[in-house]
Amino acid sequence: MAIVVKARKMTLSERLYFPSIIKGMLLTLSHMFKKKVTMQYPEVQKILPVGYRGAHRLNKDDQDRVKCVACEMCAVACPAHCITIEGMESGWEDREKIPRTFQIDMLRCIFCGMCVEACPEDAIDMTNNIDLVAITREAMIWDKDRLLANFDDSKDQKGTLGQSLRGGQVSFTRPRGQALLPDKDGH
Amino acid sequence: MVVDPILMEGVLAVIKIVILLGLVFTTVAYLSYAERRVSAIIQDRLGPNRVGPMGLLQPLADGIKFMWKEDFTPANADRTIFAIAPVIILVPSLLIFAVIPAGGEITIPAFSILGLQVPETITRLQIIDLNVGILYILGMTSIGVYGIALGGWSANNKFSLLGGIRASAQMISYELSLGLSIVGILMLTGSLQMSNIVGAQDSITNWNIFRQPLAFLIFVVAAFAENNRLPFDLVECEQELVGGYHTEYSSMSFSMFMIAEYASMTAASAMMATLFFGGWHMPFEDLFSPALAVIYQTAGFIIKTAFFLFVYIWVRWSLPRFRYDQLMGIGWKVLLPLALVNVVITGVWMLV
Repeated sequence: MAIVVKARKMTLSERLYFPSIIKGMLLTLSHMFKKKVTMQYPEVQKILPVGYRGAHRLNKDDQDRVKCVACEMCAVACPAHCITIEGMESGWEDREKIPRTFQIDMLRCIFCGMCVEACPEDAIDMTNNIDLVAITREAMIWDKDRLLANFDDSKDQKGTLGQSLRGGQVSFTRPRGQALLPDKDGH
Repeated sequence: MVVDPILMEGVLAVIKIVILLGLVFTTVAYLSYAERRVSAIIQDRLGPNRVGPMGLLQPLADGIKFMWKEDFTPANADRTIFAIAPVIILVPSLLIFAVIPAGGEITIPAFSILGLQVPETITRLQIIDLNVGILYILGMTSIGVYGIALGGWSANNKFSLLGGIRASAQMISYELSLGLSIVGILMLTGSLQMSNIVGAQDSITNWNIFRQPLAFLIFVVAAFAENNRLPFDLVECEQELVGGYHTEYSSMSFSMFMIAEYASMTAASAMMATLFFGGWHMPFEDLFSPALAVIYQTAGFIIKTAFFLFVYIWVRWSLPRFRYDQLMGIGWKVLLPLALVNVVITGVWMLV
């Protein structure tokens, strides 16, 4: 048997309709004086949380040299195959290889951070830089110089997922419920 | 040589028409800006604020955009009707403004220019004071239906046609209540002339809103339906009809529909101010010198109209759309009997 739903009888003020209209209009009016949620983007920039995965950087060591040893672990780990590395002999005493070219195709990159996880030398990091804009496809392929320059621009930022942030612990996922909040400097 | 007063009247009429059209088009342009801005503010956003200071040049940018778009006509459209439909709806909505008084009488002192002696002239801030003013306005608003119905029919698109059909049914039903709600005022005033209706409301105590509150309510609802504004915008509802009668329109012919909508909105707001809120009569107008009083009164009239325009936008972003049968039900079963009752009550009140 079908369930009979008894419709509640409307009160007089409900049937008059206007009290509800006025209620609704006062609600919209009250919203006119509330704080607006719009962010005026180019002038006001959002404070990105620590651990934000923006554009990559190639870290430099204390002698201002590239840290990367061209092991290609990041290129292997990359699920989007966006990293291209060509190594060469370094000629330095402390390591054999450094990259001749190091290219990241920002159009292919999915910003997963697995390259950062894979790096044994803590040489690649992700930054808060989100200005990934260009008018040609070629310009979206970042080369070694550009990635190193991004390190100079973001020196004051902590590395995103690298060992510098984790204190040597390798864990790809952060524990549930532990939010990555901006620290005091706003990074 | 002395200028003939009749010629002077003609020249003044042309000047007034030019000023009024300029005002109306500016209002319409900034109404589209205001609609976007107010809707944004109501929804906790900011709205267009990039073109010019505070985004005030946005209407200009919109206009330029409209002009450069392709004016497209569908392959199987009735080309002639398709082309003239926007004109049929735009022209009457502008013509309404001819009889709406924006202020009292002003005196232009005698002066001479290029050897011509211009005598002292008294003129109204109104293009023409027709003795059938209200009838003229009702006639003009009902012509607008043809523009919508023809525009919807000629486009050879089922959505447009549905919009056009809805428009004709809706506007004809609500026109009755619109007309009947004014009858009470006409009975009290005893005149169809706009200047007399305004003249009868010379102090705030005899503004028609206090004498005919029910008529005002009916008038507002019917005017919203007449202008196809939310909550009665079934004619152009995007969700069901993809835009209704103007689905197939583009470029300037589309913008003519928009101008017509905003112009008739402005006209309806001016009507509300004129018929129910004392027109250009303002409280404390005796405190000013005659010249200042005219400015004060005209400014008051503009503020009243602007307030009702704001109410239009405010309601649009507050209330959801009616269902079609509810719309017809309210029109025929509620508003029309209420308007008739109002007429009867007014008659009884006048006799007693």
